[in-house]
Amino acid sequence: MSFKPNIKIQEAEFDVNKENEKLIINNAGALVSFVGTVRGNLENSDEILSMTLEHYSGMTENEISKITLKASQKWQLEAITVIHRIGKLLPTEKIVYVGVSSRHRQNAFDACNFIIDWLKTNAPFWKSEELKDGKHWVDSRKDDDLALKKWNN
Amino acid sequence: MVIKYFSWVKELAETSEEQIELPDNIKNVEELIKFLIKKNKKYEKIFVRKNTIKIAVNKVYTSPSSKITNNDEIAFFPPVTGG
Repeated sequence: MSFKPNIKIQEAEFDVNKENEKLIINNAGALVSFVGTVRGNLENSDEILSMTLEHYSGMTENEISKITLKASQKWQLEAITVIHRIGKLLPTEKIVYVGVSSRHRQNAFDACNFIIDWLKTNAPFWKSEELKDGKHWVDSRKDDDLALKKWNN
Repeated sequence: MVIKYFSWVKELAETSEEQIELPDNIKNVEELIKFLIKKNKKYEKIFVRKNTIKIAVNKVYTSPSSKITNNDEIAFFPPVTGG
């Protein structure tokens, strides 16, 4: 990898426009970013009051580094930023940002998609949701495992 | 050895972290799990779901057959749900 990915785990809010701007560098002709946000309700429409994220400090950063390294080996990229928030978050708040720039758009689209798919199944974060009737841990989703399978070939 | 627990595994273990002296005859994660269950019933509730539980040794994903020593940091946790 000819660049160092920018990886941040933080409680603080982030500014998507500022993060995007940082990725528009000399050789980049394309920028793709993904933002994950807190939903306000479950599939059955129960209201989500808040969400709390915990993580395994040290391992999280290592896993995200591995993911970004894999992406930069698979596609020609110019820069990568991954920001993941921890702590208590309210509906509509931003949780995660993945931004990728590349010379041409397809590499940025694919790498961004790849990074968020890998992050969701490998980076050690856990969400708990606070509903009216109490707090519960969020279960992992089969769809996330299936999403990862498309990158195996 | 430091053992860390996260998410609902932490709640069943009733702690997020503990320090244990690893007996000499315990060589891998699988043997550590058996040792913990023998030590305290609460671990049974965690490892009854051992096909679900993820294992990390020194912050790297690994399998139950992975070799361990007293200087290692082991972590047990459920499938991740970030992003």
